[in-house]
Amino acid sequence: MPQTTDNVSPQHDASHPATLTHGVDFRSANAHREEHAKQPDRECLRVEGLSLYYGDKRALNSVSMAIPEKRVTAFIGPSGCGKSTLLRCFNRMNELISDVRIEGSIKLHGDDIFDPRVNVANLRRRVGMVFQKPNPFPKSIYENVAYGLRIQGVNSRRVLDKAVENSLKAAALWDEVRDRVHDSALGLSGGQQQRLVIARAIAIEPEVLLLDEPASALDPISTLKIEELVYELKQNYTIVIVTHNMQQAARVSDYTAFMYMGDLIEFGETKKLFTTPRQKQTEDYITGRYG
Amino acid sequence: MKQNLQQWVASGNPWIWLTAGAVSLSLVMVFGLLVLIAANGLEHFWPKQVAALTVQAGEAEPEILLGEIVDEETVSATRVREAGGTVPEGMVVVRRVLVKVGNRDIGGTDFRWIPETEIRNIDYPSGVLVAERTEWGNFYGYLVAVREGEDILQATDPWQEIPPRLARVEDMRGELRKLERVEMGQINAGLEDLRLRERSLRAQGDEAGARALLPQREALDARFKALSARIAELHASFDRDSLLLRTSTGEERVVPFGKVVRIFQPNNMHWGEKAWHYLMKVGEFVGDEPREANTEGGVFPAIFGTVLMVMVMSLIATPFGVVAAIYLREYAKPGPVTSAIRIAVNNLAGVPSIVYGVFGFGFFVYFLGGNIDRLFFAEKLPAPTFGTPGLLWSALTLALLTVPVVIVATEEGLTRIPRAIREGSLALGATKAETLWRTVLPMATPAMMTGLILAVARAAGEVAPLMMVGVVKLAPTLPLDGEFPFLHLDRKFMHLGFHIYDVGFQSPNVEAARPLVFATALLLVLIIVSLNLAAIQIRNRLREKYHAADN
Repeated sequence: MPQTTDNVSPQHDASHPATLTHGVDFRSANAHREEHAKQPDRECLRVEGLSLYYGDKRALNSVSMAIPEKRVTAFIGPSGCGKSTLLRCFNRMNELISDVRIEGSIKLHGDDIFDPRVNVANLRRRVGMVFQKPNPFPKSIYENVAYGLRIQGVNSRRVLDKAVENSLKAAALWDEVRDRVHDSALGLSGGQQQRLVIARAIAIEPEVLLLDEPASALDPISTLKIEELVYELKQNYTIVIVTHNMQQAARVSDYTAFMYMGDLIEFGETKKLFTTPRQKQTEDYITGRYG
Repeated sequence: MKQNLQQWVASGNPWIWLTAGAVSLSLVMVFGLLVLIAANGLEHFWPKQVAALTVQAGEAEPEILLGEIVDEETVSATRVREAGGTVPEGMVVVRRVLVKVGNRDIGGTDFRWIPETEIRNIDYPSGVLVAERTEWGNFYGYLVAVREGEDILQATDPWQEIPPRLARVEDMRGELRKLERVEMGQINAGLEDLRLRERSLRAQGDEAGARALLPQREALDARFKALSARIAELHASFDRDSLLLRTSTGEERVVPFGKVVRIFQPNNMHWGEKAWHYLMKVGEFVGDEPREANTEGGVFPAIFGTVLMVMVMSLIATPFGVVAAIYLREYAKPGPVTSAIRIAVNNLAGVPSIVYGVFGFGFFVYFLGGNIDRLFFAEKLPAPTFGTPGLLWSALTLALLTVPVVIVATEEGLTRIPRAIREGSLALGATKAETLWRTVLPMATPAMMTGLILAVARAAGEVAPLMMVGVVKLAPTLPLDGEFPFLHLDRKFMHLGFHIYDVGFQSPNVEAARPLVFATALLLVLIIVSLNLAAIQIRNRLREKYHAADN
């Protein structure tokens, strides 16, 4: 039985109340980054005693953690360790599977997301998600990005044009598709499709962006682009990324959580976790002794 | 040897042969059938040479028969002798030919079997004419003269007198038709309307109101009389010109132009004229109404009825099936009840169609139709409006028959939409209903089209249930016309499938009807194929649009 550390939380205390600035800012990237790095970490998501059962099988075992705002948090661990399951709890995607039971709580800026009064659609507007395989809709690039806004009843051409352009720019796709936004999204390459899906997710200005192994189906160059994009996006969004690839976790994330068999083994600053892991299991995993 | 056989079996070659053989056999059967139908059906319209046969039965005087040789066969001599033919002693089998002699008003039959032993001579004289008539079938003979009224025209070439007179009659026929169908129809509809209003007013005890309708009725009666006089006048003028024709035996007949559809001399025609004649005949077949108990003329009302009925059926079956499939696949909780419903739906497709016919007759015609009449058309009772077989009930019955196909195909399509697409939509804050409407359903449209294609193919070929719920041998009016409300779903209609049955098996004139059965069958196949091709075209366009569903 792996040793569990209860109530793991990042080294920086995250007790400040949440203040959010929506939208994408196009100021000088460097100035922005420096400013961003200086900001203290604030708590965005708080997980408390979260257990999840598929029928009788327990997939998450009393996980507790606090995910900081506007930072990249990576979930690593061997296949089947529950990292994707945990990620899909944040926007209640697990509820689509029948026979799922969840205990414990998750708070998004203090609001319990499992509260029965919570409108799931609204929650998902606040917590966007990008899947492992690019899943653009069989519509035009433009309509893909505008989808979320149209759902919310936005139909003004002017507003949509602006939002589509901004989102595609933020997803570093605008320059490649600016002349063919009305072409089918299915004509894009895999990497472009994944960035389109990210643009689609940020078009509705969520607070949190969940990335479920976003680069695992892509070639190395597209992977690199996605990683660069994640680095840019953390200026404005809280990002939680699930990855198989430890180098990727080390490259893109500020915080890393190592999970094993449904337990959260260790959670901390990426640099520290990879250089001086506190748990034996973490060390074994990152040095490649199992997994 | 054994080794080789084992190797051959292991290589999979027997399987390839077996499967390829099955495919080839099916193809041969399908194409063989199509070629048979097409050859027999299309040949019918080509003008045949008219033969003059010199026939001598026994020691009797030889007589000359005019007609088209349409068939020949070898039969036993006894059979021919029993039928009254002369066959020399010692012959066991005899060839005999089937001649279409026409002139039914004189000889009583259109066709005659003649044993070859009685035929002394066959030639193809020029100058023989064929007159297609609106009654008594074809006339084979020679032209004597053209008459106007009682006067015989002293023209050098009577043939030159024929085309303008035929054209005149054709024009008048159009006008008469317009007067009788449209204007008379309007007056009759007006009178019927007045009668019903009067009746319902009387039923309410409003005698004064009923009497107030009298002037209107008198006005309509006056119009009716004026129109009747005009029609009678036209009819008289219509019958002014006539043809004096002579048969091969020298008998003379007067045939009014009004009874002639076309007149031609097949033995004098070169192939260009024959081709033109062929096209005219095909045009008549596709675009005209039937004559002579459906054995002559066209099948347009049947084409129209078939296509309209299939369309109305699609309009009913598709939305219904799609909605049912959405509920079954997207909302119904999976469990024993849902599975039971699904099994029931699948089995519904296997119920014999005649059962649907009986059900449609009992439920739609008697129950629904009867109640509709009682509620909305009470003043017309006891004459039924909807409580009698009609187009709507046929379309509904067939919709019932085909709805399982649409449900199954749509469900299949919904199942094939990748989860990733649904999750992608839900993750953007769309509700389940929004996801369905905006993403899942558009992507499932190709599957719905597949369902529709299968439904149309099944419905267009179905005859048995229709015989109970609306198809007739001869419908006086099309279900679509200029009278309000234009689309008359309560009317009975004609159907190509039923037409085949009727012409082929219920016709008094079997030999004349046979080529038409082939032609009609070919037409029905062509119509089903073109309906399907249209639907397949639409489906392929949709598929191209949504091809993402494949990954």
